[in-house]
Amino acid sequence: MLVPTVVLSGIGLLSGLGLALAARAFAVETDPRQDRITEALPGANCGGCGFAGCGDFAGAVVRGDAQPDGCPVCDQETRRLVAAIVGQTVQDRAPRVALILCQGGDDVAAKKYRYNGLASCASAALLGGGDKTCGAGCLGLGDCQRACAFGAVEMTPSGVARIIPARCTACGQCVAACPKDLIKLVPAEATIHVLCSNHDRGPAAKKACAVACLGCKKCEKSFAEDPRIKVADFLAYIDYEHAPDDPALAALCPTGSLVCSGAAAPAAERTS
Amino acid sequence: MKFRGGVHPSYHKDTAGLQIETLPLLHRYVVPIAQHLGAPGKVLVAKGDRVARWQPLSEPVGFVSVSVHAPTSGTVKQVAALPHPLGRPMLAVEIESDGEDRPWDGLAPPADWRTLDPAVLRRAIQAAGVVGLGGATFPTHVKLSPPAEKKIDLLVLNGAECEPYLTADHRVMLEQAAEVMEGLGLMMRVLGVTRACVGIESNKPDALEALRRACPADVAAEFMLLETKYPQGSEKHLIYALCGRRVPPGGLPMDVGCVVQNVGTAVACLEAVRDGLPMTERVATVTGAAINVPHNLRVRVGAPLLDVLAHCGGVTPDVGKVIFGGPMMGIGQFDLDVPLIKGTSGVLCLRDDEAARFEGGPCIRCGACVDACPMGLVPSAMGLIAERFRFEELGDWHVLDCIECGSCAYVCPSRRPLVQHFKRGKAEWRGILEERRAKSERDAKRAETAATA
Ligand code: SF4
Ligand code: SF4
Ligand code: SF4
Ligand code: SF4
Repeated sequence: MLVPTVVLSGIGLLSGLGLALAARAFAVETDPRQDRITEALPGANCGGCGFAGCGDFAGAVVRGDAQPDGCPVCDQETRRLVAAIVGQTVQDRAPRVALILCQGGDDVAAKKYRYNGLASCASAALLGGGDKTCGAGCLGLGDCQRACAFGAVEMTPSGVARIIPARCTACGQCVAACPKDLIKLVPAEATIHVLCSNHDRGPAAKKACAVACLGCKKCEKSFAEDPRIKVADFLAYIDYEHAPDDPALAALCPTGSLVCSGAAAPAAERTS
Repeated sequence: MKFRGGVHPSYHKDTAGLQIETLPLLHRYVVPIAQHLGAPGKVLVAKGDRVARWQPLSEPVGFVSVSVHAPTSGTVKQVAALPHPLGRPMLAVEIESDGEDRPWDGLAPPADWRTLDPAVLRRAIQAAGVVGLGGATFPTHVKLSPPAEKKIDLLVLNGAECEPYLTADHRVMLEQAAEVMEGLGLMMRVLGVTRACVGIESNKPDALEALRRACPADVAAEFMLLETKYPQGSEKHLIYALCGRRVPPGGLPMDVGCVVQNVGTAVACLEAVRDGLPMTERVATVTGAAINVPHNLRVRVGAPLLDVLAHCGGVTPDVGKVIFGGPMMGIGQFDLDVPLIKGTSGVLCLRDDEAARFEGGPCIRCGACVDACPMGLVPSAMGLIAERFRFEELGDWHVLDCIECGSCAYVCPSRRPLVQHFKRGKAEWRGILEERRAKSERDAKRAETAATA
């Protein structure tokens, strides 16, 4: 009993000593600033900065390969702190939030075929752009939801994706994941949005989806000059640099693709 | 020689005995500009223009690009993005025919290919807009212009037609045997080869006999009856079956000294030179249990599907699926307003109960797909990886070698949508490779600037 105990403890001690020596001999010099930055970052490892995680991003900032305000997730305070660690200053910027520019669920949007394949938008999009008659619409198979590390995307019962603004950190992962290019990062304080991406002419758009933008220009014409909503190629878009905020605007829209509310609630909920 | 893997679907070649019939002139044609692999051409006509039959509607941009030509004389109604068999609207020229079918006066004069220079022949083939009629629609003049370092010694004529249901190539071989063989001779002259192999599946011995009898004395062709097995008509498998050469993974037939051409393409090349006529028609099989009168039809490219179906007595009320091409690799259509194009080898109309709508289940690790894959891949593992979106791993499983033949999905007892996974996987893996390449380029540039600074 005694012998094995002594032998095993001996082996343990020796290996421990070896490891301790090795750790000293082969220690990698890291810039202490890198650790401090990593500490300061949110630690979400979401990849929104374009690097392999918070630590990787911190290293890049120290090396000068990334801007200190490159993390889209952290708040202004943290951004300033990170910049200060590498002796720089950063501009304040308005908080942003992701927005899905489609509200054409199965109740309002027509389908052109029955899809039964892998439940992934990118796979469905390979088959004639997806099963929606509208060539631009949300396929509702949740690639954006899977990409979001913050649980900020939900699926409505009618099968369109919707952002939960309170959870969204504007990391932009969903923007990259959507094969239909439907998601935009917009200023968080904007309250008027055009939730449609369909460029078809009015009749075709109407046939494809009941809440499609027809390009009728009612919204554009409601401004005397310098319109903040413009229509190009049969689709209205908001100039978010000077976004409109008059809630009455939404009532103008004949189809309800122009919506008012910061939270971009879908048509069904607004009416209730 | 027999290749490993492959499957034996029921062939349904019920239309094999039907003579090719010509579809009468229609009132309206929709000619997409992109009907080939490669850059779409530049449109030459505008709304309101009068065009004549065979007049070019577009001109090639670059080498891997061909023109499309007017199928009849008439007026251009619009040049716009219109429904296309590939599933999304694409630029097309809509022509309302004037019923005169007046030929274009700018046609090349008829010529004798036996006296012409290969370079001249190649130009004539490109000008005529000839593309591979087997389905892949790769511009034929490109395939006939191998780079100088690739020595080509064998031209393979593909008469396998291994897709179930389709009989268009079969009929062309029977009814236009002499033209097929002349066309083969022409292509041999372009390539400067003295040897040609004709491969035909064993269920069409009459086609082989017809071609053998029609072979001119100055065309040195060997004929071979091959095992009837899908995908015998795949270039790589056909080459292996005919001469035992293996095209390396990621390689092309020219890497083993071969060029493969379809029988219909041979006829089109001949017509381009002998008669100076651009490719404006093809033979397509209209078949399936849900079409009233099946046909082998000579259709002008751009004929709307609805008119073609109407000529064949229309579809039955229980139609469930309409496919362009064969059941294994064809493309399902959701809009009957699409036109037939150069690559449309058939229109298959299936009944609703035949168009199985199954839910794919989990993989039961039976290995049937591994036995069936003619490329020697492991579809079961690739499917599991793709399903979990781990696309970086797919490269290690050689997903790019998948020819999307569908053999694996055909045998899978669990009905897994394997080919869909691989189509997606190939696209994703190509994207990853592209990203890596861009990154290493960036890194190299950065290292360079760091070194000079
Ligand atoms: S919704 Fe999009 S932008 Fe917002 S946190 Fe999720 S992935 Fe990032
Ligand atoms: S927004 Fe885009 S990624 Fe999200 S479910 Fe819709 S189509 Fe898919
Ligand atoms: S589709 Fe691809 S993986 Fe499946 S059998 Fe054919 S080559 Fe093999
Ligand atoms: S045939 Fe289907 S169930 Fe069998 S191993 Fe392949 S994928 Fe799995």
